Amino acid sequence: MNLSALGISPATVPAAMQARRYAVDPMQLLAACRVAWEQGGQLVALWASDDSDRGRGLTLHVVLRDADGLTLLEHPCPDAHTQYPDLAAIFPAAARMQRAAYDLAGLQAAAEDHRPWIRHASSPDDRFPLRRDFATSTQWPSGPEDYRFVKVEGDGVHEIAVGPVHAGIIEPGHFRLQVVGEKVLRLEERLGYTHKGIEKRFENMPIAEGCALAGRVSGDSTVTYAWAYAQAAEALTTTDVPPRATWLRALLLERERIASHLGDLGALGNDGGFAFGLAQFSRLREEVLRRNAGAFGHRLLMDRVVPGGVSCDVGDDDAMAMRAQCAYLTREIGVLRDIYDEHAGLQDRFRLCGIVTPALARTLGMTGMAARASGVAQDLRCDYPVAPYDKLAVRLITHNEGDVAARVAVRFDEVLESLRLVAVILDAMPAGDIAVPLRDAQAYRVAIGYVEGWRGPVLVALESGPGNRIRRCHPHDPSWQNWPVIEHAVIGNIVPDFPLINKSFNLSYSGHDL
Amino acid sequence: MWHILKQIARTGIKTEPAPSPATEGVIGNRLQERILRTLGRALAIRHVDAGSCNACELEIHALANPYYNIEGLGIRFVASPRHADMLLVTGPVSRHMIVALQRTFAAMPDPKLVVAVGTCACTGGMFGESYATIGAVSNVIPVDVQIEGCPPTPTQLLQGILVAVSPPAALRPRGDKASAWTRHSRESGDPF
Ligand code: SF4
Repeated sequence: MNLSALGISPATVPAAMQARRYAVDPMQLLAACRVAWEQGGQLVALWASDDSDRGRGLTLHVVLRDADGLTLLEHPCPDAHTQYPDLAAIFPAAARMQRAAYDLAGLQAAAEDHRPWIRHASSPDDRFPLRRDFATSTQWPSGPEDYRFVKVEGDGVHEIAVGPVHAGIIEPGHFRLQVVGEKVLRLEERLGYTHKGIEKRFENMPIAEGCALAGRVSGDSTVTYAWAYAQAAEALTTTDVPPRATWLRALLLERERIASHLGDLGALGNDGGFAFGLAQFSRLREEVLRRNAGAFGHRLLMDRVVPGGVSCDVGDDDAMAMRAQCAYLTREIGVLRDIYDEHAGLQDRFRLCGIVTPALARTLGMTGMAARASGVAQDLRCDYPVAPYDKLAVRLITHNEGDVAARVAVRFDEVLESLRLVAVILDAMPAGDIAVPLRDAQAYRVAIGYVEGWRGPVLVALESGPGNRIRRCHPHDPSWQNWPVIEHAVIGNIVPDFPLINKSFNLSYSGHDL
Repeated sequence: MWHILKQIARTGIKTEPAPSPATEGVIGNRLQERILRTLGRALAIRHVDAGSCNACELEIHALANPYYNIEGLGIRFVASPRHADMLLVTGPVSRHMIVALQRTFAAMPDPKLVVAVGTCACTGGMFGESYATIGAVSNVIPVDVQIEGCPPTPTQLLQGILVAVSPPAALRPRGDKASAWTRHSRESGDPF
């Protein structure tokens, strides 16, 4: 991103890809965001940190992405009462991130909507968990929740409230639907139920240990998070990972994508009223997980990526079994795809349901797998390929229809591509070590990890403190960008299609609520 | 339709015998027999995610796949706590889920069982107790059985569910240490 017109000069941020950082004042912050938007850039993440212990007040951090890589804007706010400019007019996705930054660190945007987002009613509104003087063990009694939802009024309009506890086995969140008859006029989400204080928990952890916690930010993407965290930790400590370890990481990441897409394809069939799909795809997913357990020692691959490398290698027998499994799965998925495509009832539910047009996707800053179904041609594995993706020539998959059917099609294409990648990785993987110890970190440095998981790109920003400990760690899930998109996608659809549309995005609650 | 039938025939029956309650391995279909005997083919389970990382949910979901075929064992996941005999709770209980968890528990008819699923639900796990979480499920509602694991495998889940529905005397693990569950007494350790 070219910010030279603003008269500010960049410093390099340690990261696996090109990343620059700029210190900006409020005017430069706004100007930089505008330039980024005009140049086709996107908001990746926004968070605040408390640096008052170092005599610097609070800092707002904004990460932008464009074809050149990442840009980290740092805006120091000497005093907690100054507000920073509202970025939501440029990047709508900023709105909730700004509210969360206030809830957690007490730094406010000059925006209209000051409703709490992560903080629920029981929390006092003058205590901020990410302030340095806030003790982790601080407790307060639970109280009733009183959140001002937007109401639609008119003849025959009524409201349906669901959650936080849902009918199925899913994560907790609250949804308010305003409907006329069966038609949805408006949806409003209320998240934050699974807020576990993860960012506070990271504070002061040894850098090497933080990876296990990162791997539990959103358990369905444990490899993605652990790799993003490890990338940041390795960049921070200038640790060089052995080549074989990077290949093994890619193997794990692609297997995570395969397992997840298979699960979603089954669940989407089921939500479309086709239980056969669930039975078939959940069987294939189970076979992948069992192979994971056999080859790597964990069904969901938790704690397999560690800072400095990986914790498991692949033997010849397991490699052979995995290759055979890839060929088998490719065949089975082909058969099932034909069945899905030819099933009139299923296609009737999928097509023209929950549409997000490419223009809307770009305006809202949609990201990841769901965005690729709305024509957003972005995939970190193709755009900024880190080893070993620089040698894998990943096929970028996009569809333009933006409906549930397109999100199903992207999953079919991607799972087949990942099966191809797994076979290539197994053949091309170099021999050698699989891990090295993490080197020491200089205090007060910031590094970034950024990895394309099955849901989308996951960012981990890591700042070191003294003694190889974490000073601040901010993990950012692509769900932040895509949750608001669902509110648009359901408009005009019928109420029974809401679960199907929601599932077609399959966003993380835990990864968002932190 | 022809393709669907062909695929069903080609796939065959994948369902495996269920594990015995107290050992890790799969040894016959004891679990099935006991659940049938104890519950007459009807155990209704309600699940609540009280703050999990969502991986525990993935393994609970796996119970429904053809390999474990939990419905074939007479165990059903139900949409309302009013229909449930058992509550499966995952996650270190987040502060924002305390009320929802208490209300779900209160809405279940007696007698009711509570199973804490996953290390987080058993002890608070990696998230511990903080301003945002109050840790173990037993800090909020009485827990009958805990299933450790991060996340517990579907086999461990089935074993734990059986432990919960079996009379206590029949439950001593047979001499091996590798049992993934512990049973809590309601008399002790009940915070209310
Ligand atoms: S026990 Fe493990 S898998 Fe389950 S919620 Fe906790 S961290 Fe996630």
